[in-house]
Amino acid sequence: MAVSLREYRARIRSVESTKKITRAMELIAASRIIKAQQYAQAAAPYARELTRAVSAVATYSNVDHPLTTEPENPKRAAILVVTSDRGLAGAYSSAVIKEAERLAEKLRSDGREVDTYLTGRKGVAYFKFRNRPVAQEWTGFSDQPTYDVAREIGDTLINAFLAGEDNPDVELSENAHDVDEVHVVYTRFRSMLVQEPTAVRLLPLEIIEGAESPEDVDVLPLYEFEPSAAEVLDGLLPRYVQSRIFFALLQASASELAARQKAMKAATDNAEELIKKYTRIANQARQAGITQEISEIVGGVNALADANAAGE
Amino acid sequence: MSDDLLQVELVAADRLVWSGEARMVIARTTDGDVGILPHHAPMLSLMVDGVVDVQTGDGETWVAAVDAGFLSVAANRISILSEHAEMSHEIDLEKARAELERARSSGGSNDEAEEAVRRAEARIRAAERAS
Repeated sequence: MAVSLREYRARIRSVESTKKITRAMELIAASRIIKAQQYAQAAAPYARELTRAVSAVATYSNVDHPLTTEPENPKRAAILVVTSDRGLAGAYSSAVIKEAERLAEKLRSDGREVDTYLTGRKGVAYFKFRNRPVAQEWTGFSDQPTYDVAREIGDTLINAFLAGEDNPDVELSENAHDVDEVHVVYTRFRSMLVQEPTAVRLLPLEIIEGAESPEDVDVLPLYEFEPSAAEVLDGLLPRYVQSRIFFALLQASASELAARQKAMKAATDNAEELIKKYTRIANQARQAGITQEISEIVGGVNALADANAAGE
Repeated sequence: MSDDLLQVELVAADRLVWSGEARMVIARTTDGDVGILPHHAPMLSLMVDGVVDVQTGDGETWVAAVDAGFLSVAANRISILSEHAEMSHEIDLEKARAELERARSSGGSNDEAEEAVRRAEARIRAAERAS
């Protein structure tokens, strides 16, 4: 009896130390979310002005740009999957990978081949384990993405999109092919409780003026373009793509932290539950031990008394 | 009063660097320097790496180093967008010089090295002009 009591105590201690860890991770994630949201807010003015400028150029000029032209016969598509570097975030990474697989399946059934680009170690591990080819991967920034990373990813994807027969001088890395469209799969941060994996088509560009359009309804002024509308568009569109990717990375990092906070809160709650259960069992075992000891002593005393009475 | 001043927003990719009112803004576009006064015609223009001067309403001059980006002017509002932008007082002159040295010595005739040199020079110019 005493042995099992010791075992229960050891188990309670172990769960308690696990609980301390999950509790700490929950608090860290909670404080980082606030930071991630601040980053997202700080990046908003740039995205807003850029969208405004791009829609101004698109409205007042009829310039065709390679980045906005639909390829006639799309044969190959690229998917950028934004996952996390670290686990312990519940179903965060697997949900976004599942969404990417769904999109890849759909594209394949439309007769397109799929190139995969990855960010985040979890996604890389998933593809490595299944021995599946990856065009390019970036890791090490999932909880605090910088604009430079977004620019690098954007340039790579734009290159892959522009490469091909029309542009023989664009060089590609060894695993990449020229693609006819580019999709991004990331986790959208709706609220602290809801994050949803989302797939959007990045290239060819569609300039969307919907939910994100500037709030002032006045008509866009008639801009003069310097040096020319085509050149301004040339400079703007790659930046627009980069800023969209930056937006996706920021959303994903906020989502990752929220998912981690939720998962760690659940783990802490479970640990508390376990501790309560084990404490009850341990108390029971202790009580049983005491009861048994008492009955043994009483039994012994009685036996002695009986023996003495018989001897007299 | 506000009719005769420009509303300026200097925006980097990851933050709003500066916003306020100005009498005049000078920036370097692909076609050369432009000075923008209030009531300028709407304009969208590409900028190269360089220095932006902002003369504020109360006569002060702010200097900022910016990377290539673009400039939009409409209805007395100027937005200067650049991937990286720094106000002159945020720049550490020593550090910027060291960076320029490094960028130069890393040699390289490729675009990236040249860009690094240009960027470092712009930062030094901005810091020197302000002091």
